[in-house]
Amino acid sequence: MENTKHPLSKYLREDRMPHMWCPGCGIGTAMNAFMHALDKSGMEKNNVAVVSGIGCTGRVAGYLNVDSFHTTHGRAIPFSEGLKAASPDTKVIVFSGDGDLISIGGNHFIHAGRKNMDLTVICVNNLNYAMTGGQVSATTPVRSITATAPHGSFTTPFNLPFLAEASGAVYVARWTVYHVRDLQKAMLEALNKKGFSFVEVISPCPTLYERRNKMGDGLTRMKFYKDNSILKNGADTKETNIEINKPFVVGKFIDIEGKPTYLESMNKYYDETFQCELGYKTYKGTRYSCNISDGGVSEGCMDD
Amino acid sequence: MKADPKGVLTGTHYLDGDHAACEGALAAGCRYIAGYPITPSTEVVERFAGRIPCVGGIFMQMEDEIASSIAIQGAVWAGAKAMTVTSGPGFSLMMEHIGLAIMAEVPCVFINVQRGGPSTGLPTLPAQSDMMQARWGSHGDYEVIALCPNSPQECFDLMITAFNMSERFRTPVMFMMDECVGHMTERVIIPSADKIDIVPRKYTKKSPSEYKAYQPNEVLIPEMAELGKGYNFHITGLTHDEKGYPAMNEDSQKKLVSRLINKIQQYKKEIILIEEDGIKDAEVVVMSYGITSRVAEKAILDARSKGLKVGKARLKTVWPFADEYVLDLSKKVKAIVVPELNAGQIVREVERAVKGNCEVISVPHLGGGVHKPELILEAILKGAKGGKH
Repeated sequence: MENTKHPLSKYLREDRMPHMWCPGCGIGTAMNAFMHALDKSGMEKNNVAVVSGIGCTGRVAGYLNVDSFHTTHGRAIPFSEGLKAASPDTKVIVFSGDGDLISIGGNHFIHAGRKNMDLTVICVNNLNYAMTGGQVSATTPVRSITATAPHGSFTTPFNLPFLAEASGAVYVARWTVYHVRDLQKAMLEALNKKGFSFVEVISPCPTLYERRNKMGDGLTRMKFYKDNSILKNGADTKETNIEINKPFVVGKFIDIEGKPTYLESMNKYYDETFQCELGYKTYKGTRYSCNISDGGVSEGCMDD
Repeated sequence: MKADPKGVLTGTHYLDGDHAACEGALAAGCRYIAGYPITPSTEVVERFAGRIPCVGGIFMQMEDEIASSIAIQGAVWAGAKAMTVTSGPGFSLMMEHIGLAIMAEVPCVFINVQRGGPSTGLPTLPAQSDMMQARWGSHGDYEVIALCPNSPQECFDLMITAFNMSERFRTPVMFMMDECVGHMTERVIIPSADKIDIVPRKYTKKSPSEYKAYQPNEVLIPEMAELGKGYNFHITGLTHDEKGYPAMNEDSQKKLVSRLINKIQQYKKEIILIEEDGIKDAEVVVMSYGITSRVAEKAILDARSKGLKVGKARLKTVWPFADEYVLDLSKKVKAIVVPELNAGQIVREVERAVKGNCEVISVPHLGGGVHKPELILEAILKGAKGGKH
């Protein structure tokens, strides 16, 4: 009997197929690249958690056969921070869209970067809010037609690699869903990175963004990506903004070693602050002997 | 099981309610707080931030209350007992995640040290005006548990109950303090760990192939699975089936939402905690909660000294509401007096529950201070004169 199982099917909730994404959408390709990257990473599948917010890309968590969380709109990152804090050995991946992570969730994004939370954040950027019908988002290029910018968008979008770098990310890359090998490689590198790693995946939304802007179907858009992406590893992220119908930069922009993560900083700080460590290790960190005072009332901590 | 001694600061202390609530949480096993500073609740997290390195756990100060109220849920799924702490404006921001905790059945605790509102209102002054918000604040239909301590000692004791109820019923518990209770300093006796009963997180013993994330047990509560053990569970805020997969249709909605309501309602008798005094032969009963019960105490004593038969019913559990208890009471008394630091919130529940059997007298106070006992006494006297019995 011929084995008809896909080699990556163990990462997929097959009982949830077919997925809900439109023909020509790039989210499936991004998820496929992620499954390849996860496989290559050799990470124990049970040790991986995927967290999504709300939106089309927000459905990724529901299709991946790992411990997975479909949280609220914009809040996948803070959920993941709590998950990671209480289970530091779990590899936590945030997989969501631009509307979710950057538009409504932008504040959490920059703070998680600032704190160097040990998370891999994959953002599928389709330049608009897709699930709700193609409204303008914080990443929509100027002059794009959307459902809520029917005469064209006129606000400057975020440049995500620049935002990620400025926030403190230790790894920043951008590829399109045309660049599947590069995308897999970037995701693999991001997975292996300690700290806040960020991969932006440019994807078509043929049903909404491309249709309204007369950019053709998914395939046409792939050709556009092929012809208009400028490979520039190490590019200054000030140059990675996206303008409508113009060439844009792809590549790996940031790859920093040795910056301590939130939990590493915390543990190191407490190690230095409390010389009298009791050596008690919990899953969250280290227990110390210390004293606090409150309003002149000194409360000694229990020493077992 | 008994409390982990690492979190139990056994002894006699002089603590304010905020600090006592923190000690209660530590004793209950809380090892993760995500929070954002807000008066008059901040002392809870300040103490936690100071104490937690000694106990073994994490305090994370977040960028806002939205982040705080979901970070705790991440920590819960990773195995921690967790809570967040806030006051009115922050509580408003947390509403969506209270809904997520209800929907995904996440055991956790939300403290609201209430201050005057609406909006920024009275940051440093008391109110009890978020009581309805605690019940109905998140969108959709649900049942919720809300507890109301009236002293620092009870901030400690009832906090342990709050965590235990959250674990037992897999539901968020609202811990509704007020500025007075949060900032009053009194003696707090913390028992030894072996005297504190703790409900541990209950994980499924089923194998991953048998396990369904939202298959209810005989008491309507699904078992949680441990993160990273191969269960590959899926959690969503969408209406879901027993597997935890999205199932957006009328049948799934009815099945899920009615279970979420019934799993609490069926245990109302155990969840509803009421402190009573002099109820048996009372003509008038003062029904109160939180700091207002301390003021009412004076009014009750004054009324009794005038020869009136006045009972006290203090709601330690405000939600779910004690409908049956109030109905029984209404058949025996002339009037129920309901003082509260708001324009009249819980009194609506009392009015609903008495079904016209007795008079219900609201004693509203818009916050910023507490009632003058004379106001409550006046209502008691009014109730004793009139009435239907």
